[in-house]
Amino acid sequence: MTLSRRAWGGVVGVFLVGMAAVQLAPFYVALTVSTKPRTDLSSRWLPPMDGIYWDNFARAIERGQMLTAVKNSVIVTLLATILVVVLGALAAYPLARRRTRLNKLVFLAFLGSLMIPPLSVLVPIYTLMNRIDGVNTYWGIVAIMVSGQLPLAIFLYASFIQTIPISLEEAALVDGANRFQIFFRIVLPLLKPVTATVVILAGVFIWNDYQMSLYMLTTSDMRTIAPAIGAFFSQQSSNLGAAAAASLIGLAPILVAYLFLQRYFMKGMIAGAEKG
Amino acid sequence: MSINLFYVPALLVFVALTVYPLISGFQMSFTNWDGYSAARSFVGLENYARLLQDTTFRQVLANTVVYGVGSTLIQQVLGLALALALDRPMRGRGVLRAIVYLPVLVSPVIMGTMYYLLLQYNNGALNDLVGLVGAGPFAWLSSANGSVAIIVLVNSLQFVGLSMIIYLAGLQSIPEMYYEAASLDGARGRQLFAHITLPLLRPAIATSVILNLIGGLKLFDIIKVLTNGGPGYSTNSVSTFIGVTYFDAQSAGYASAMGIVLFVMIMATTLALNGLLNRRRLDS
Repeated sequence: MTLSRRAWGGVVGVFLVGMAAVQLAPFYVALTVSTKPRTDLSSRWLPPMDGIYWDNFARAIERGQMLTAVKNSVIVTLLATILVVVLGALAAYPLARRRTRLNKLVFLAFLGSLMIPPLSVLVPIYTLMNRIDGVNTYWGIVAIMVSGQLPLAIFLYASFIQTIPISLEEAALVDGANRFQIFFRIVLPLLKPVTATVVILAGVFIWNDYQMSLYMLTTSDMRTIAPAIGAFFSQQSSNLGAAAAASLIGLAPILVAYLFLQRYFMKGMIAGAEKG
Repeated sequence: MSINLFYVPALLVFVALTVYPLISGFQMSFTNWDGYSAARSFVGLENYARLLQDTTFRQVLANTVVYGVGSTLIQQVLGLALALALDRPMRGRGVLRAIVYLPVLVSPVIMGTMYYLLLQYNNGALNDLVGLVGAGPFAWLSSANGSVAIIVLVNSLQFVGLSMIIYLAGLQSIPEMYYEAASLDGARGRQLFAHITLPLLRPAIATSVILNLIGGLKLFDIIKVLTNGGPGYSTNSVSTFIGVTYFDAQSAGYASAMGIVLFVMIMATTLALNGLLNRRRLDS
C-alpha cells in the first residue's frame, strides 16, 4: 500500500504539529496553573477566567526565594564558565601543539575522565568538600562544576587548535616572539568560534545542574535555581500554583537567552555532541 | 620555562577533584563507613557481595538499564522522524525546530515540575484529556512499572531535540548528487532511504546513540522530581540510589561501592559502543 504524495504530506504535517503541541504542553500548563489561585479547580487547559492571580509569583519569590536562587545561579555559572574557558584554552594549547609522550598521556587522562559520572564519586567528593568547608559555598560548587566541564572544554579546544595552520606560530617564532606571546597574541584571538561552543555547553550544563548542587547547596540562601525549585516543589505539594510560578521564574533567563541566541545554541550543541 | 606550565592549573583541578575522589571512593568501597563517624573498618569485598544479594539494588540496576535503553530507542525513532520531516524546506520549519529543541536547554528539574502538573491524579491535565474520551482518571505515577515508563517518556521527549539536530546535521552532510545518481538508476523513496540515507547517517546514529544511552544510564534529575525514587525504592536509578544510600541510609561505604559499579558500567558502555559503532578515534 502506498500513500499518495498529498496524503503523505498530511501525515507528516499532523506528526509535526502533534510533536510541537506535546513539547509545548508542559510550558502551557505551567502558565495556566501559575496564574490561578489554588481554589480554582477548573481544567488546567483553561486560562484563568477571573484575571491573572499574581500571588503565586509573590509566594515563589518570598517563600521559595527564587530571586536569590537566580542570583546564585548567575554567580556560579559566570564564575565557573569563565574558569572553564580560561583553564581549558590554556591547557589545550600545549596538549595540541607539543605532542610528547607525557602530553599525550595527560590528554588521554582528561579524555578518560569524561566517562566518570558525577554521582559515582558523590561520597568522596562530599566528604572532601565537607572537610575543607566547601559545602554551601560559591567556591565549592564552582570548583566541582569546573572540574566536571574542563575535560570536554580541553578536548574541544585541542581539536580546534590542531586545525589552525602552525605556520602562523612558526613565523612569529622566527620574528623572535616567545611561546607565551604566541599563545596570547596569535592563538587566543583565533579561538573565538570554539569558545562560543564551550561557553554554551558548559554554561547550560552548569546553569541547569541539579545532581551535585542538590547535595552541595543545602541552605536557602545558597541554593541555585534547580535545587531551589526542587526544594520548593516538595514543600508545596498542596499549592502547585506557587511551584509552577517558581518554575517559570527559573525558566525565564534561559528562555530569553534562547530567543536571542537560538542559532548559537543549536550549533554549539551539535559541535559538542559530535566531538564528545 | 616550558609551555607545559599552561596545563598545570587544569591538571591540579583534575587531580584534586577527579583523580583523588575516584581513588578515595574506591578505598571507601572496601569499608563499612557510615559517612559521619570517625570509625571505619576494612571489610574487603563485603559491600560488593552485598550488592549481588540486594534485591532492591537489582531492581535499581534493571531500572537504570530501562532508562538508558528505552530513552535511546524512543529518541532515535522520534529524532530521526523529526529530522527527516524538518529537513526539507517548508513554512514554519525554523519555529518547529526551535519548539522541539527548547526543552533540551531547560533544567530537568523544571521540566519535571511542569510535567507533574500534567500527570497529577487530582485535576491533572492529562486526566482531563483522557476524560474527554471517557477514560480514567488514572493515577499515572502510582505503580512502579508505569512510573518507570513515564520517566523514560519524559526524558525522551525532553532530549529528542538533541537527537533531531544531530540527525539534521547528518542529513545535511549527505551530498545531493548521491540521490540524483540513484534516481537516474530508478531508485525510489524507500530504496533511497535504505541504501543512501541510512548508511550515510551512520556517524550521526553513532553520536546520538552514545549520547542518549550514556545520558539515560546516568539519569537523576527527572526521577528525583517526578517520583523521588518511589513508590518505595521502585523507580530509583543507580545515580539516585547512591544519594539515598549515602545520606538517608548512612551507608557511605556501600554507596561508594555503588559508585564504582556505576563508573564501571558507564565506562564499559562508552568503550564498547565506541568500538562497536566504529567511530573514528578521538586521539592521535
